[in-house]
Amino acid sequence: MNGDEAIAEGAIAAGCTFFAAYPITPQSELAERMARRLPQVGGVFIQMEDELGAMAAVVGAAWGGAKAMTATSGPGFSLMVENIGLAVMTETPCVVANVQRGAPSTGLPTLVGQGDMMQARWGSHGHYEIIALSPWSPQEAFDLTVKAFALSERFRTPVLLMTDEVVGHMYERVEIPEEVPVAPRKKPKVAPEEFLPFEPDEDLVPPMACAGEGYRIHVTGLTHDEHGYPVMDAEAHDRLVRRLCEKILRFRDEFTWWEEVMTEDAEVLVISYGISARVALGGVELARKKGIKAGLLRLITIWPFPDEVLRKLSEQVRGTVVVEINLGQIYREVERATGGRVPMRGVFHAGGRIHTPEEVLAGIEEVLKCRS
Amino acid sequence: MPVVKAKPKPKPEVVPGVRHPSEKYLRTDRLPHIWCSGCGLGIALSSFLYALEELEIDPDSVAVVSGIGCAGRFAGYVRLDSYHTTHGRAIPFATGLKLAKPDLKVVVFSGDGDLFAIGGNHFIHAARRNIDITVLCVNNFNYGMTGGQVGPTTPVGGRTTTTPYGNFEHPFNLVYLAASAGATYVARWTTLHARRLKESIKEALQHPGFNFIEIISPCPTNFGRRNRLGDALDEMRYYAEKAVIRHGADPAEAEVIVGKEFIVGKFVDIRKPTYLELYHKKVEELFGP
Repeated sequence: MNGDEAIAEGAIAAGCTFFAAYPITPQSELAERMARRLPQVGGVFIQMEDELGAMAAVVGAAWGGAKAMTATSGPGFSLMVENIGLAVMTETPCVVANVQRGAPSTGLPTLVGQGDMMQARWGSHGHYEIIALSPWSPQEAFDLTVKAFALSERFRTPVLLMTDEVVGHMYERVEIPEEVPVAPRKKPKVAPEEFLPFEPDEDLVPPMACAGEGYRIHVTGLTHDEHGYPVMDAEAHDRLVRRLCEKILRFRDEFTWWEEVMTEDAEVLVISYGISARVALGGVELARKKGIKAGLLRLITIWPFPDEVLRKLSEQVRGTVVVEINLGQIYREVERATGGRVPMRGVFHAGGRIHTPEEVLAGIEEVLKCRS
Repeated sequence: MPVVKAKPKPKPEVVPGVRHPSEKYLRTDRLPHIWCSGCGLGIALSSFLYALEELEIDPDSVAVVSGIGCAGRFAGYVRLDSYHTTHGRAIPFATGLKLAKPDLKVVVFSGDGDLFAIGGNHFIHAARRNIDITVLCVNNFNYGMTGGQVGPTTPVGGRTTTTPYGNFEHPFNLVYLAASAGATYVARWTTLHARRLKESIKEALQHPGFNFIEIISPCPTNFGRRNRLGDALDEMRYYAEKAVIRHGADPAEAEVIVGKEFIVGKFVDIRKPTYLELYHKKVEELFGP
């Protein structure tokens, strides 16, 4: 199956019972698969009137007790970020897949892009932390979708699957395990009259009482206190926003995933993610054939950015090369995380096609010419 | 310069031993509410609470979803599962909530700007799909929370902060819009008709399908003041003079025009299969019961 379909199957395996979306290329195969599959497993698929409504419905369904998901591409993602912010503020577990295409605006609807990486990070207004994962194959699309649902429940937060048109439309063999553990929702342990719906446990995540469970809680996108009641107060706001960030940052080691290929002796570290990482690997192999000690760092968890991983690996190399289908979004993060200690080169393309391994090789050779 | 101190908020008078009659459904710890004196939202809220009480609805079986604005604060005052969402998105949020938890009675309570300007698209599509929810719209003809700007229901000639020379846009006739989009229960009342409003809410809560009630309300602080409508009581007098109860009237004729009589009552009360009924029927056809 292709990557889009693998995400749909991953969602079904993870226990997703609600999917709301609006048609957009290149996400169609994902939504179409969900429309076929969800009625078979007792879930609900609904095609909403737009992506604003789709994301709002997902947040509503999550409060109705469902594991809920939506999928889109750039233009739709722009409409969803408003209610992704609502999900962050109300601590609503949900999963959003973005099958990226060439952008800005309508851009290249049928062709690949990776230009929404920073939008994923900061797209909704305000300061917040978000979890974003990026698969490089249909199999990994399946696996990461399952993990995305688990993380969304663990941290009570939206989790983004930042894939792209090529992974979405790429057909490969996908093995679906017989049993996939369904992540539990953290439930209140006390009676309704004692329950404070936004009082966190030690892990900074409060238990979640969904609608109709007898807790009768108030949930608001306004700044709120432990009761869930609005508080228009700078200190309460600072406390809430810091906790929402901290609950993810403090435990980031649980889900900071990456893959290293030939990095042990690497002098040049090629950094990439998603479909670009597959091409980057080709570039690294070409370099090795020429006797250049190159290695690949493939980022799987994109947000929060794996600063530590970058910092450690950059200490042993003479240069880094970032390969991505935008003009340097993750490049800047790498620059920040490595503190500019080693020379850097970006192998960029604005979108519409993937790179060639030769372009990656050229980047590797170029960075080696820089004086460190 | 003398320091001008803000007036301290008056503390609510607490009479020992006296309980609020609606405390079963009301977050009394959130009172006093933020609404202006003379605003119709309090009447709308109490009509809703009385309706719940008279129907003996289990508070655990009903959820309220609001958008943003004065009416958006409604969700914060009910002792129910209540959701204060984003601007315009109460209906799609409620759609997700209802589809994920079909046993729940889901009530959307919001304002004219929230439901019909920024949220207009969601309204017509939820009505078209016949999502089984009840939408209560308090129509005060302007954006009260942000200071009184023109809205999609502001009558022609209405003065607001963004129509300082008078509004020249054509307003929506909400009951006509709801009926055209497929709502299966459509009514309009003013806050003067509190008992009829309560009865209407009771009907809507028991009526399967997409139910819509427009509640025309005074906004003495903004719309009323700028249009010299007097205080809230004067607005109520206006409703008493101009509102004509006519059940079963053609919604197309129910326009609200300043200075003219306008129709209130029940416009639509029909039964057709809801979204979930059709969905479950389809699933049953395919996979058996």
